[in-house]
Parts: sequence; structure tokens; C-alpha cells
Amino acid sequence: MAQQPPAMAVTFKVNGKAQALMLDTRTTLLDALRDHIGLMGTKKGCDHGQCGACTVLVNGTRINSCLSLAVMHEGDAVTTIEGLGTPEQLHPMQAAFVKHDGFQCGYCTPGQICSAVAVLEEIRAGIPSHVQGDVGTAPEMSLPEMRERMSGNICRCGAYSNIAEAMAEVAGVRIAETHGAQSDAGAEA
Amino acid sequence: MKFDTPAGTNPIDTMKVIGQAVDRVDGKLKTTGQAPYAYEHGEIPGKPAYGYIIGAAIAKGRIAAMNTAEAKRMPGVLAIVSAENAQPLGKGSMNTAKLLGGPVVEHYHQAVAVVVAESFEQARSAANAVRIEYERGAGRFDLVKEKPGAQPLTGNDADTHTGDFAGAFASAPVQVDQTYTTPDQNHAMMEPFATIAWWDADALSVWTSNQMIAWNKRELAATFKLPPEKVHVRSPFIGGGFGGKLFLRADAVMAALGAKACGRPVKIAMPRPLMLNNATHRPATIQRIRLGATRDGKLTAIGHESWSGDLPGGGPESATQQTKLLYAGANRLTALRLAELDLPEANAMRAPGEAPGLMALEIAIDEMAEKLGMDPVKFRVLNDTQVDPEHPERPFSQRNLVRCLEEGADRFGWNRRSAKPAQMREGRWLIGMGVAAAFRNNINMTSAARVRLAGDGVVTVETDMTDIGTGSYTIIAQTAAEMMGLPVEKVRVKLGDSSFPASAGSGGQWGANSATSGVYAACAKLRDMAAQSLGMDPASAEFSDGRVRAGNRSAALAEAAKAGELVAEETMQWGDLGKKFQQSTFGAHFVEVAVDSYTGETRVRRMLAVCAAGRILNPKTARSQVIGAMTMGVGGALMEELAVDKRFGFFVNHDLAGYEVPVHADIPHQDVVFLDEADDKVSPMKAKGVGELGLCGVGAAVANAVYNATGVRVRDYPITLHKYLAKLPAIA
Ligand code: FES
Ligand code: FES
Repeated sequence: MAQQPPAMAVTFKVNGKAQALMLDTRTTLLDALRDHIGLMGTKKGCDHGQCGACTVLVNGTRINSCLSLAVMHEGDAVTTIEGLGTPEQLHPMQAAFVKHDGFQCGYCTPGQICSAVAVLEEIRAGIPSHVQGDVGTAPEMSLPEMRERMSGNICRCGAYSNIAEAMAEVAGVRIAETHGAQSDAGAEA
Repeated sequence: MKFDTPAGTNPIDTMKVIGQAVDRVDGKLKTTGQAPYAYEHGEIPGKPAYGYIIGAAIAKGRIAAMNTAEAKRMPGVLAIVSAENAQPLGKGSMNTAKLLGGPVVEHYHQAVAVVVAESFEQARSAANAVRIEYERGAGRFDLVKEKPGAQPLTGNDADTHTGDFAGAFASAPVQVDQTYTTPDQNHAMMEPFATIAWWDADALSVWTSNQMIAWNKRELAATFKLPPEKVHVRSPFIGGGFGGKLFLRADAVMAALGAKACGRPVKIAMPRPLMLNNATHRPATIQRIRLGATRDGKLTAIGHESWSGDLPGGGPESATQQTKLLYAGANRLTALRLAELDLPEANAMRAPGEAPGLMALEIAIDEMAEKLGMDPVKFRVLNDTQVDPEHPERPFSQRNLVRCLEEGADRFGWNRRSAKPAQMREGRWLIGMGVAAAFRNNINMTSAARVRLAGDGVVTVETDMTDIGTGSYTIIAQTAAEMMGLPVEKVRVKLGDSSFPASAGSGGQWGANSATSGVYAACAKLRDMAAQSLGMDPASAEFSDGRVRAGNRSAALAEAAKAGELVAEETMQWGDLGKKFQQSTFGAHFVEVAVDSYTGETRVRRMLAVCAAGRILNPKTARSQVIGAMTMGVGGALMEELAVDKRFGFFVNHDLAGYEVPVHADIPHQDVVFLDEADDKVSPMKAKGVGELGLCGVGAAVANAVYNATGVRVRDYPITLHKYLAKLPAIA
């Protein structure tokens, strides 16, 4: 038998609960959550940072957990979809997704919801984006801003229109009667 | 129960629960991460090992040698299975290429080995240490090159001739004769192919991700040469399929082989970069369309020929399907030709046939309308038919295409469209509108269900039907609730288990209508049993508000099961109404785009679909099906393309970074309108499907809008800007 691959101890919190793991150093945060801690809510769609299904919050910031090795997270606080709410007590974003049918197969959904929660915070915190007219000013809480910032979360079922409505409701953004007017293209004429 | 005469009034018509926009009954599970998908089930006998699939690095040829010595010595490795040491496998009837290749390789990334180890990381790393030498053979990878040798087909795919197409086309005063191409496309469902498999003596169990449980069971049995009763397939949640998960695929076969070799459950999720060449795809087409019309806009000749390719023994993309039925016209021709290609296996993707077929046909119709100087909505309305044009004695069961078009035009503000292209500007943006008809046939499939009434008044439905995001859990709960006179909360639905009665499964947009009809049939039986148990006349018993009433008697439904659970099982079968009546679904897609006059960037600004698809069982989940399909249609129009390496025979962009699909920023608010219909010829539910209809025609509506915006006609999908940038109107 060849020599064992290097393992390392790591401790971090997941949804408020301390986890002490001894891990093969190649283990991603995503696989640590799923295969070692047993929290299967976070999904693996590509394992390459291309789809967003694995989005979790680390110390309040969203990341693709497939692109991050678990051992890099010593002392971090990780929040997964299971930490946001439960079927009995949904997070407002989870409730809005149910109400607006912001999903179909549900596989991208935990990632979408984690991203959506973080995106509203990012806009509130004034973090700039590509669709801002002037990055010197505070970004607007608007659908084009939300759509831009959510674009790393692919939904092949195509629930985008409904996800936008769920997010708008949670953000308290009124959706205009004619949704077309919300489109960014042509608006800056 | 056999459905062979049009449905009369039945309990579904009450529409207390059916037809209501009920939230998904599995919504809370999915939004909280509690719905378990294939890879995630804990209910397995023992600690699982992990499998990692190795795909062939050539498209065609042979494996000369496979050296596993180093890999076997690596930490944690439990087994390496390839054709060299696997048991002889059978082949399921629905696969073209073998799911375990070697020594002969039939296509790129065909699975040739699986490495099983204690951990995922160990399996992956050992898989990289397996050394394979190949002898590369010559392959055919270019549809254009193979087109001359493409062959005609028989059966449903045979050529059709009506009247004298050649004569009518030649003499038509107005003609369109154009060739269109659609590329290879991938389902790109978000959940990878995934399976956990284990053996108990000679019985095989899998948690897998599959749309068609009964097919999967049959094909697994054929592959492992087992009697079907030795195979147990479960797939309660499926992270998207779109046709990609209709069939048994390599994840399940390799997991089962791995499990056999190491005597433990083995779990495999296929790595994303392997999926696009390993599994099936929608094949590329070359389509020639010839239309002839009178000067006042009546189609007199309709000809549609389509070429596609597949592995030897495979099938065509039936892109001419809708052309047989969509428009009137006395002289008609359709023809499919199939070339042999050594690319990965071609097969069904959402709305196979119609999706690429309408991408071409509905541009051609737009071109004809323009030549005639007619509005494209009016032109389509003028050429509507209420009968099957190839067999005029067959009427449509219900056909409201005209209403879809006219109501859609009204709602969309179609009258603001400039008939002349490249006339509407908003600053730097060129604005255009496009329309296309949507059309997809209704298919009914045999479907069975079992329903149980317990002493607490809860009804449980068991059927092997799947919910791939379509909303099956919810509409089945609604169906049982309506039939038994209960609220949805009093119904439990259990799906996706081969130990349940075999259903229609999810494919061909048949799932909603067929599977709920099976549940209807089982509930009809359960109603009789409940009435009898209560000493009431089954024929006159009414079920509502949790009670059963007959004559002047009334009892709680739960009473009927006081002495013991009542269990009813029934199968819905179909007579020949589908032969007597053409059963189809219809719609109209309207799209507005803005094209940046400087950069050529196309943005979709508005989308509307008006659908006529029989009774809508749940407008919320049905609307989601349609907006999802519209989104996929935007992808097909503007970005989706598997790029073929014609030298080495594989799809180059085989991951989610290279194969581009629409993201949030690409999709505006989408409007969907369902016409209020009930089609009594299709089923007791009077419903048809919408999941594929929503995709049909979208691509052409986008293409026509881009043309209207720019005046540049692109006939080769996807409409990426290098195909039109140089031809955009001069800037100011
Ligand atoms: S799984 Fe991490 S981005 Fe796709
Ligand atoms: S809900 Fe299926 S991928 Fe988003």
C-alpha cells in the first residue's frame, strides 16, 4: 500500500455548530459539507466554479464552495441553506421562492437562495457592479442590479423571471406594471 | 380504465383544487435543501465507496492497453473495473453506444473504466493514474461532409408526399427556398448524472437520477442480465433532465459494476466535463425549406427536408414533424435524412423534432410573410388549418392557434412593430419584434397508480412517476384531492420508485396529462370502494369537503377506512381517439430584442407566450414550465452550441463555462397566458402538456426579432454577433 495522502485537521463552524474534521487536504469545502458533515443541501453542479449550485456564505460572504479547499477555512463561520431556514421556519427568501415558484427541479435552488440573500446585502453595502451607471455612487436596489449579481448562479430550469420577483419582494422593490420598462437595454438612451 | 370516448363531466371539472395556483407541495423541502437527490441518500446498506469514471480519450478506435498497476497501488483504491474484467454486459434497447466501452471505442468520453476508492479524492486521483494506450481509428465527424450519403428512413420518419409539391412549388408566384442550420445542443441539466448502487446477493438497488423509472429498471435488468424483479430503482428527486435522463446512462452501470467489484454501495456523480461527450445530445440539423404561396398569401406548397447525423444504429432528429400539421396547403413534402457520424450519441432533448424544426420553419414563414408584404401574424392566421393537412378526414381535437396569435399580438403591442426592419431605434439600440407559432403534439402514455385511504382520512398516492421540476408531486396531489374531495394537505404523494405501479414517466410533455390520468383512474376505483364501504351507491356518491354524500346520507371519508386501509390500483389505457383526432398543443411566442448598433450585442427585452394546451392543472407550475422553456429557447437562439472538433471528433466546450446557457442577466420578465381550455378528446383530465410547447418556436421568434431590429437575416443558429456585426446598419 502506498503512503496515505496528507490529512489535516480543521475546525470551523457550520450553521453555528462547531465541526472538527480530519481531512484529506484535497477535500473541497463543498465535499466536506456534503460527504463529511452530511449536509447535502449544498449542491454540486460542476465542481469547477461554473454554475453556482455550491454557493454558501463564509463569514457572511458568498463563495463557490467547490473552489475552496476545506482546510483553508480554519476558524470560519459557514452558513449553508440548512442554516438559513427549515421547512417549519422558512427564511423570508425561502418563503419568497416558494410563493413565486422561483425554482423547478430545485437543484440550483440552495445556491440561488444563498446568493440571493448575499446579493441584497452586497447592494446595501454599496459593493459596485458591472451594470452600475456610475460606480462612484451607491448601487440601486433594482432588478438589473440583482440580475447582474445573480448571473453566476445558473438555473437550467429557467426560473430566472420568478427568482427576480422573489428577490424583489424580499428587497421591498416594487415591480412596475410593464416589466419591459425594467430592462437595462435601451434604457440609457 | 380505458379512455376511448370523449370525456363527459367528471369530478375533475369541479376544479376546486385542479386549476388552482397551488404552491409546490415539495417547495419547502427544495428551498431548504431537504429534498434528497440521487447522490445524497443516506438510506443505503453500509458505508459507501466512491467511483470515478474514466472516459475514452479518442472518438473511435481501440484500447490497445490499459495499465492499472500504479492506480491499484494508490491509497484507498478498492477496485478498477473495465471491459477487461467486468462481467459480460447486455445492452439496453434504448442505447445506441455501449455504456461501458472497450476495447472498441465508439465515441469520445465513452466510459471505459471506473475506479472505486474509499474517498472521492482518492478515486479521482487514482483514475488519473490509469494509463491507457489507444489505437485511433478514422471517424466521421462533419455533418456537412456526410450529408450526401445520408439515408431516408421508414415508419414515422419516412418521407411524406401530399398532392404535387414539385409542381406547385415551381408554379407558385411567391417562393421561399432557404437552408437553415441548428447546432448540436446539450441538456445541461444542473444535477449531474448520479447513482448510488449496491447488490444484495443477485439483486441490484439504485438511487439514481432518471426520468423514466420503468425504462430504467428494464434497461438495468437487460444490462446486468437479471430478471426485472431483481432490480429496484428509486429516483424521488431529479435535478433536471430535459430528455438527458430518459435513458440508462453510464453512472448507474459503472456504479453497479463498482459495487459488485468491491462488495459495498458505490456512489458516482459524473464529473461535469465528462457529461457532454459521454451522454446524449440534441444533434445538429441542416434544414431546407421551400414554401410557395399565392400573391394573396395562401400557402400552396410546403416542403421541409432535414439532415442530421448519429452513430450507426441511431436515429434522426425529426425536425420536419410539425411541418406536417402546422399550416394548410394542398401540396406538401417532408423528408428526413440520417447520416452516420462518430460523434457522441444523439437523442432526445426537450421537444425533440419540433424545437429545431420550428427554429427553421418559423423563420421561413417570416421570410414568406415579408415577401408577400403581409404581417407575419396575419399570414399565419390566414394559413391556419383545423384538420390534419395530410389526412383532412382527421380534425384536430382542439386547435386555437389563431386565438394565441391574435390575443398575443394584442397584449404585446404588436401594432407598434415596424414592418420594415431596422427602423426602430432607442439611442444606440436597434429595437425589433418577432413572432413565431408554437406547436407540439400531445402524446398519451399508459400510466398506473395506487392510492390508499387510511383511517385518518389521508390519501397516499404511489406511482413511479417522476418530478423533474415539472411539478408532478403537486399536480398529482391536486388530482387526488379533487377526486376524493379533500384539501391538498390531506394527500401524500410518493413518486419515483420502481416498486410502485409503472407510470407514463417524464418525457415528451406527456407526464402531466398521462400520469394524472392514471391517478384519476385509481381514485375512481377508490371512490367506488369508499362508497361501498360506507354502504352508499358508488354511482351517485359525491366527494367533497372530506365527506361522502349519497342521497340523504353523509359520512366523513375517513369513516370508509375505519375497518382498515382501502387500497385501489388502476391503469389508464388509451383507445384510438388519438388516431381519430389529431391531438396537439399550440402557442404563439412574441419577443422584443434590442441590438446594440455599435457592438452588436443582443438583449432580449420582453417575452410573451400565449398557450393553448387544454386544461391547465396548476397555472403556477405550468407557467414555470413555460418560462423555463422560453429561457432555453433564448439559449438556443443566441448562445447554445456544442462546438465540434472535426479532426478528433468531440465537443470541445464540454463544461458549463464553455457551453453557454442563459443566466439571470440574459432573461427579462416573462409573460405567459394560458387560454381557458378543456380538451375532452385527450383524457378525463382534459389537459395536455406545456413543458415542451413553451420551447417550440422561441428560437425563431428571437431570430425574427433580431432581423426586425437589424435587417440582417441569420439562418445559422446560434445568432452570435460575428454572424451579423459587419452587416449592421451604418451608425447615424
Ligand atoms: S459546483 Fe461549485 S460552481 Fe458549480
Ligand atoms: S430549478 Fe432546476 S436548475 Fe434551477
